[in-house]
Amino acid sequence: MFDLTGRTALVTGASGGIGSAIARALAGQGARLALSGSNAEKLEGFRATLGGDHVAVPCDLSDAAQVDALVPQAVQALGGRLDILVNNAGVTRDNLVMRMKDDEWDQVIRVNLEAAFRLVRAAAKPMMKARYGRVISVTSVVGQTGNPGQANYAASKAGLVGMSKALAQELASRNVTVNCVAPGFIRSAMTDVLPEAQRTALLTRIPAGDLGTGEDIGAAVVYLASREAGYVTGQTLHVNGGMAMV
Amino acid sequence: MSETADRVKKIVVEHLGVEADKVTEDASFIDDLGADSLDIVELVMAFEEEFGVEIPDDAAEKITTVKDAITYIDEHKG
Repeated sequence: MFDLTGRTALVTGASGGIGSAIARALAGQGARLALSGSNAEKLEGFRATLGGDHVAVPCDLSDAAQVDALVPQAVQALGGRLDILVNNAGVTRDNLVMRMKDDEWDQVIRVNLEAAFRLVRAAAKPMMKARYGRVISVTSVVGQTGNPGQANYAASKAGLVGMSKALAQELASRNVTVNCVAPGFIRSAMTDVLPEAQRTALLTRIPAGDLGTGEDIGAAVVYLASREAGYVTGQTLHVNGGMAMV
Repeated sequence: MSETADRVKKIVVEHLGVEADKVTEDASFIDDLGADSLDIVELVMAFEEEFGVEIPDDAAEKITTVKDAITYIDEHKG
């Protein structure tokens, strides 16, 4: 089950916490990866630790021209085919709506939503031609529930869900599925430094009683990337320990 | 019938799964041959591959009949 041998995948934000766990999970199932991220050095370091014949394709997702070039680059580096696209990269610029600057809004929408659109637009053609494709976008529980201070982020993540549903309908007849994975609170460098009181308060909201891990997200992505998930499209798989049931 | 026309019609028959005799030069992909917008995108991609031409989006949008495709390809192929 869920064997990805012979499949190729492009993962954005691959050197980050969740991104690297997704990359490890996909590689663990046999996929060959094009790892993308904004920090070339960090990316190369991760590629080296991953082993195998994966490739690094650095890209600044806030630069439209670089984003438009990324899928062709990845396709070339992966030997002419792209089976799986994982839009994982995301940024936050938190602020109350009343205080939010134009560039805080723009930056988050550009990287989280517009870059994902540019990538799926470029990936759709080769996938449609191949009559096989898996597009998976990492959204967030806050795209569904909202979160104070994150109007830009929540909008970008909800936007990914809507975009994925539209694309899922456009490509379903070509055996290309388009889904989202929505993490809840995931253990990371950011959550590790939370004050104890805040951490406890956070955990009371999670029925599972613990934060999630990158591996939890990686496993969800592997499922949606697999041949076995071929009849699942336009869906959002929530991985959040029960903190929001939608 | 030109060689381009033959190859275009063959691609249309294969991609849309229609009877060859329905693929006349005046046939509209959508109205007469049952194509949807995604089929047209695929047809254009197939034409590009077969003839080694690039058909930009604004030109592709104007290709609505078999004849439109043949004319465009004849004018642009190398």
